[in-house]
Amino acid sequence: MLTNKRLILSHFWLAFIVFGAALVLGAWQMFERSPLNAWHFNPEFYYRSVTAHGSAMGYVFPTLIAMGFGYAITEASLEKPLVGRRWAWAGFFLVAVGAVVAMIPVSLGLASVLYTFYPPMVGNPFYYIGVVMVVVGSWIWVALMPINMAVWKRENPDKPVPLAMFANVAGSYLWGWTAVGAALEIIFQILPVALGLKSTIDAGLARVFFSWTLHAIVYFWLIPTYIAYYTILPRAIGGRLYSDAMARISFILFVVVAMPIGVHHLFADPQVGAGFKFMHSVFTGLVALPTLLTVFTICASAEIASRLRGGRGAFGWVRALPWQNPILLATALSLVMLGFGGAGGLINMSYQLDASVHNTQWITGHFHLIFGGAIVIMYFAIAYDLWPHLTGRALESFGLMRTQLWLWFTGMIVTTFPWHYVGILGMPRRMAFYDYANPAISPQAFSVSMSAVGGLMLLTSGVLFLIVLIRGQRAPASEAGAYRFSVPLHMPARIPVALNSFGLWLALMIGLTVVNYGYPIAQLMVLNETNVPAVYVGASR
Amino acid sequence: MAVETDHGIGEAVAARIERRWATLSIVIVGVLVGMATFIGIHQATMPQGRVETADPGTLHLSGEFIESNLGSAVEADGSVTVRAIGQQYSFTPQCVVVPLETPINFRATSADVVHGLLIEGTNINTMLVPGYVSVLPIRFKALGEHVMPCQEFCGIGHQGMWGKVKVVDKTEFLNRTAAKRRLTCVD
Ligand code: HEM
Ligand SMILES: [Cu+2]
Ligand SMILES: [Cu+2]
Repeated sequence: MLTNKRLILSHFWLAFIVFGAALVLGAWQMFERSPLNAWHFNPEFYYRSVTAHGSAMGYVFPTLIAMGFGYAITEASLEKPLVGRRWAWAGFFLVAVGAVVAMIPVSLGLASVLYTFYPPMVGNPFYYIGVVMVVVGSWIWVALMPINMAVWKRENPDKPVPLAMFANVAGSYLWGWTAVGAALEIIFQILPVALGLKSTIDAGLARVFFSWTLHAIVYFWLIPTYIAYYTILPRAIGGRLYSDAMARISFILFVVVAMPIGVHHLFADPQVGAGFKFMHSVFTGLVALPTLLTVFTICASAEIASRLRGGRGAFGWVRALPWQNPILLATALSLVMLGFGGAGGLINMSYQLDASVHNTQWITGHFHLIFGGAIVIMYFAIAYDLWPHLTGRALESFGLMRTQLWLWFTGMIVTTFPWHYVGILGMPRRMAFYDYANPAISPQAFSVSMSAVGGLMLLTSGVLFLIVLIRGQRAPASEAGAYRFSVPLHMPARIPVALNSFGLWLALMIGLTVVNYGYPIAQLMVLNETNVPAVYVGASR
Repeated sequence: MAVETDHGIGEAVAARIERRWATLSIVIVGVLVGMATFIGIHQATMPQGRVETADPGTLHLSGEFIESNLGSAVEADGSVTVRAIGQQYSFTPQCVVVPLETPINFRATSADVVHGLLIEGTNINTMLVPGYVSVLPIRFKALGEHVMPCQEFCGIGHQGMWGKVKVVDKTEFLNRTAAKRRLTCVD
């Protein structure tokens, strides 16, 4: 029962428009830095573009998906209209206006600082103000999700919170606390400098704050995908969810261990000592757990669906799955990319192996495979699944959907495998162009061209995706019925309080972050001699 | 798997399989973390232990990073210390010369924004953060030349920030240091 369809559709449409624009920039970047590009553009355009592409893809697009999907989950799973509709619209407009405010200075070349905006490089204040507006807009969503859960719980004291809502609230808490690191950095360190009130800044401390956000943000991106695995896929293929409790445990694990591990992004940094790097490296191992649990539950749920359809044999059931179903196809392709990406992630997480790939093209290849690949392909699936319920019109281009998903998958492999490979050869990331005539660099030329071809495939797939959605908006009206989530195989009669509420887990989340970040931050805050002069970009001050 | 035949038994089986998988997952993660810990301690490849600082405003005036002190130098114990700085958009020295099979203590910092440094064909890779000194024990096992790009975006000239490392024979290196205390490729 979706009441606020316009609200949800607005989030999805804005998300996909931003995505489409950023995709064009991504494909251009790939071409620009490849040997296929015979003319050199002004390198500054490249950095403008990467700033826009990274900020749009990293901050705006997934945030809008999480928000829109979150509102849809609230109404569909709790079977009542959203509480705080006006606030939700206010959040939407903050995100939209924030994105514009941030992009104006970027497109003028006044804030080419990349989406990680590492000080002491400091750009135009409106870039940071725009980013803060996006985050504050999303914090309205962060507040609304637990409020809606609490209201529902009061009205339904004896029922367990539906899994989709439980996971959605986990995602909102996770994001609320994740964003605090970068917010502290922007508000207390960068903005005073960008506004000219201060002229020095501690670059090392800023990197520590940012790492708090930088790792856990990937789980914020991931959570809508995992919600789709657990609560959409089994229903879409006519099966059951293998286990409700294990799903809850996975989401809880993300909330608890996502934050206190961000220092793994600083393995090669001088401002954090070996002890805390080690601590964070150990905790990083733990976040593999929820993913291992998830892969098992999802495969088992697919097996149930197949056996219900008459699939048999130890592996024969795989063939009996309804492969023409786009949701199944998307999930399978997503899991393959997650597998490759996860293997790469195990390499990044070890201090020793990381040294050979840190800040090389391996890293950009890695996160495009996981984020652009495994995660985003499920955003497509979510849109395909929800669209008829939002528009009241059927989505019927199933063939086109399958082509689009295959093209995205193939494009991702063609783009990211060579991207990883040149990273192993040592190619540094974030450069506008490379001197392929240099014998030390020329062996990388062919692979970079391959990636550029993959980029075009991705762009084509992105266009197909938008075509499917637009066609859906124009199809004749048809009633899609109530939106439902998967049902577990064995519905537990009672759910332990710990798996139905967040108090304990939030205490652990905050406690562990304070333990793992408190000392490194305090140590750098008392070190005053490390405040260094800001270097302003794009402005002649 | 019998889905609905006997609900109670099915549920118990499902829970048991799931518990086994969870245990296996915990073991996998435990082994991976244990391996990384063991290798770290055993081969002493742990990151820099202590935080050291250097003021970028006075780098060129005093302290270990003044210009005449940059480059490679032989220490009393036979080891070599290399000091370097990164700035928009070059390294000083732009070409580092080092001896083969010798323990080298690499010390570097930044004079302005965040830079990075990696030596292609090796595992040497570190960030240069203004205000802090990056310390890295390194050793080269083969003669030859490597490129040494900056690996973090440091401004619109980032793509041009490429240094070089030349690994030379140890005796040749020592002969050259006899004439000059701090070596770079151009000496
Ligand atoms: C949904 C798909 C995508 C997502 C989510 C995504 C995300 C990102 C993000 C967050 C960055 C910033 C990286 C940084 O500053 O280190 C980035 C950079 C980049 N992206 Fe994408 N991207 C996507 C699609 C693409 C496509 C289709 C291409 C083209 C092949 C592409 C090419 C690039 C390039 C070349 C960079 C610059 C990397 C660097 O210089 O370090 N991206 N992308
Ligand atoms: Cu991370
Ligand atoms: Cu650089």
